[in-house]
Amino acid sequence: MSYLEYTVKSVPTGFRKILHLNWPLAVLLASVCGVGFLMLYSVAGGSYTPWAEPQMKRFAAGLVLMVGVAMVPIWLWRNLSGVAYGTALVLLVAVAFVGDERKGSQRWLDLGFIDLQPSELMKITLVMFLAAYYDWLPARRVSRPFWVLLPLGIIFLPTALVLEQPDLGTSILLLAAGGGMMFLAGVHWAYFAAVIASAVGLVTAVFQSRGTPWQLLNNYQYRRIDTFLDPAADPLGAGYHITQSKIALGSGGWTGRGFMQGTQSRLNFLPEKHTDFIFTTLAEEFGFVGAISLLSLYALIIVFCVVTAIMNKDRFSSLLTLGIALNFFLFFAVNMSMVMGLAPVVGVPLPLVSYGGSAMLVLMLAFGLVQSAHVHRPR
Amino acid sequence: MRRNRAENDANHAKLTRRAALLGGAQLLFMGGLAARMRYLQVDQADQFRLLAEENRINIRLIPPARGEIFDRNGTRLAENVPSYRIVMVREDAGDVDAVMARLSQVIDIELETYERALEELKRSAPFLPVTIVEGVSWDEVSKVSVNAPALPGVTPEVGLTRVYPRGSDFAHVVGRVGRVSQKDLDALENPDQVLRIPRFQIGKINVEARAEDMLRGSAGTKQVEVNATGREMRELARREGQSGADLQLTVDAKLQGYVQARLGGESAAVVVMDCENGDLAAISSAPSYDPNLFIGGISSKDYDPLLNSIYRPLVNKTVQGAYPPGSTFKMLTAMAALEDGLIGPDETVYCPGHLEVAGRRFHCWKRAGHGWVDLENSLKQSCDVYYYDLALKVGIEKISAMANRFGLGIRHDLALSSVNTGLTPTKAWKKSARGADWVIGDTVNASIGQGFMLASPLQLAVMSARLATGREVTPRLIKSVDGVEQPLGIGADLNMNENNLRKMRRAMYEVVNDRRGTAYRSRIIADEWRMAGKTGTSQVRNITAAERARGVTRNADLPWERRDHALFVAFAPYDKPRYAVSVLVEHGGGGSTAAAPIARDVLLQALAGGEPPLDAYPTGDRARIKSQQERLRDVQPQAAIKGNDQA
Repeated sequence: MSYLEYTVKSVPTGFRKILHLNWPLAVLLASVCGVGFLMLYSVAGGSYTPWAEPQMKRFAAGLVLMVGVAMVPIWLWRNLSGVAYGTALVLLVAVAFVGDERKGSQRWLDLGFIDLQPSELMKITLVMFLAAYYDWLPARRVSRPFWVLLPLGIIFLPTALVLEQPDLGTSILLLAAGGGMMFLAGVHWAYFAAVIASAVGLVTAVFQSRGTPWQLLNNYQYRRIDTFLDPAADPLGAGYHITQSKIALGSGGWTGRGFMQGTQSRLNFLPEKHTDFIFTTLAEEFGFVGAISLLSLYALIIVFCVVTAIMNKDRFSSLLTLGIALNFFLFFAVNMSMVMGLAPVVGVPLPLVSYGGSAMLVLMLAFGLVQSAHVHRPR
Repeated sequence: MRRNRAENDANHAKLTRRAALLGGAQLLFMGGLAARMRYLQVDQADQFRLLAEENRINIRLIPPARGEIFDRNGTRLAENVPSYRIVMVREDAGDVDAVMARLSQVIDIELETYERALEELKRSAPFLPVTIVEGVSWDEVSKVSVNAPALPGVTPEVGLTRVYPRGSDFAHVVGRVGRVSQKDLDALENPDQVLRIPRFQIGKINVEARAEDMLRGSAGTKQVEVNATGREMRELARREGQSGADLQLTVDAKLQGYVQARLGGESAAVVVMDCENGDLAAISSAPSYDPNLFIGGISSKDYDPLLNSIYRPLVNKTVQGAYPPGSTFKMLTAMAALEDGLIGPDETVYCPGHLEVAGRRFHCWKRAGHGWVDLENSLKQSCDVYYYDLALKVGIEKISAMANRFGLGIRHDLALSSVNTGLTPTKAWKKSARGADWVIGDTVNASIGQGFMLASPLQLAVMSARLATGREVTPRLIKSVDGVEQPLGIGADLNMNENNLRKMRRAMYEVVNDRRGTAYRSRIIADEWRMAGKTGTSQVRNITAAERARGVTRNADLPWERRDHALFVAFAPYDKPRYAVSVLVEHGGGGSTAAAPIARDVLLQALAGGEPPLDAYPTGDRARIKSQQERLRDVQPQAAIKGNDQA
């Protein structure tokens, strides 16, 4: 099925592939990026510099990258996924030794032409590698303990490296994406139930033991957990960002204060207004209507991915598309929960909207894979 | 195809189920996010919008301009002048240490200042300007401006600071301001918010402190939009404050300047008062100091000498000092007896040189005695025994009551710091304060202004003004507030017997103008300015019988702090009193030699409205006075700052 031709019986070849891209998805992605440009222009006080213009250039580069990736047959990507995972892992190790330290964590690798965050790359390659793994693994072995432990190792290795940077947000995303892949691949319910049960048990034990003689953590560790879970308890410290963010969101009302009229963000009450907290600017300036529109765009992207994945007969393609959709979902879900005060502040950007080259390019690359899976689907 | 079709389909079906499940869960979560958005943005919108406004708008105080202080002729005594300071903003400076190092090459910065500034820079918020040096000259400001490219974040700022153009002349009248201290805030019940503005100045002593409420004015406010770090982005609204009221003092800056110069380095006090309305034309305490030194905080190098000097330059001797009035008190002892009708002005008392009272011998200053003396002769020659005799007849209670009516033992509430009440002793006072009974010797001592009797130079000036006019003249220091004239101190009639008063004034005239008077050498010979007065020499030590036997030690042979205080009270012109004056020279020796010449010079200066003609002085003095006038003409107050002199 192409959106231009009804009767394609075989996989298209050459530049004809461009016609068979999932164009509605591309338009959705471009719309989300467009919202990003608008907001970056606004938070810079009505200026293309320093954020909106570079972001546009990156989007253009990302678009080329996406189409380029989509042109390559999906089976080639599948065969490369092991190499890709290995490369990302090596980069993660490298970043621990030669990476740039910014804001207290060592995440960036200066490759000369781009500042790369290997952890961003790892989000995609992990999903790729797990998809390839479950494509290769016969379905009846999926729930066998050894074949469950193996992917767990594949997930934990990069997670541990990212946690070391330290980057709690990304490591949680890696864990969740990996777990999601295992769930999609059909790992038995019981494993998930067991993990959830033991996690709940552990957390309960930690909290129950507080104040008793067999207390599991030190008092200062409890206090740290307290501020992490309830930032409002420390309104000028950890809670400051969340409080200001909620004020910005709330003051938007139905229709917002109008483009470039957001006082909270323009007056710097918002931290990281061009990255992690850019959603609050949108919500302040365009109100509930604007915020729900962006959320709808995101929802449509997820829906499109899930639908193409289900329609795709190739197991690797399906798993990869679903995994990338899940990753994308986790991105914006965590970010929005954070700025709306539903989750602790962990430093996850809003995908395609927040300023940042590495994340943008990696996401466009991922959607290139989704497009490749779509273009090269078995018919 | 590695796997068979059926297995593939089953796998795909399972994947589809799980994909649908996960996709559904994701959509559900997004529904949750949407609900949260609705809650925050629609249901609670009003509350958050309010919070956003509060965040954004800040009320700032605009410090009012302090009222200025003028003398009676409009000469500025305290003014606000623009002062330049160099400030640095850390976030603009970048490398603070390097910029500071470069700045210290451009302008001179003392090491102490340099280190304090560095420390403050590191401590305060990065966007806040920190003062590096204050009170820099225009020359230095331009040096900094020229070097601006090498000094990022460094800017000269202009603000208002208090300046006292007359320097040391008015330290003891106008006083001074200083930074608001915690002590100042604690002393106030409900401190004005404006006092919390950094660098705000508050009156510390004298008029600046006592008239603080009038001078300060009220703060204006401005609404500013601020960002999260508190930096002002723009001004939204502004309400101007009320600048402080301008004060005009009764003091004549020219006369005050002359008096300070005339006193020179002596430890002395002079009060010149208008006899008619109580206006203080000069109120000088010497030595003085430069109040400008205190404004930015005085260094210990400057402060220690002031604090440790035996001449106590920080003390305002005119009102804070209380001295035994000595013989200047004799008029009041006599008035008490005369008003009581115990003795007439022409009745005589015999002075053998001493008086035996309750087994103790009280001496007259003249060992041989004065013989038969009446009021005029006793005052003229300052016979002590006459007053001993009167005091024994009239009693201490009536003497003190009379002293109170002439302004002694009364606190004249001028806008000056620590105004002393002095002391007019009574039997009840001694019982409660000293726990001892009054003895007759105390009355004898009090009669000649010794013993417990204490008065400030201000009170002595009030006394002579009241003797001169017979009215209850009260001193006035503040002439007008913002052009509104303050009540004059003319006062009610004292209801004294006019004949007694006339005799008393005549006696005081004789003191100065009779050949045998104690102040004859300090007479004025211009008929229209004739002076009447009384000398006083008050002991600060006891003269033992043994010392008296071998001859009283001369003042010149005593250490300074044990010498007698020299006093003189006077008014002039005799026939139509215009000014009353009191002079105190601490440990100056005799009143006739140390105090009376000063009083004469000051009175003539006041009456002539400037340098008096030499023919007002006795012929023999003229050469000396001429050279004195020439010397004083060029004397400038200590560290006077050139301001815009006239209003």
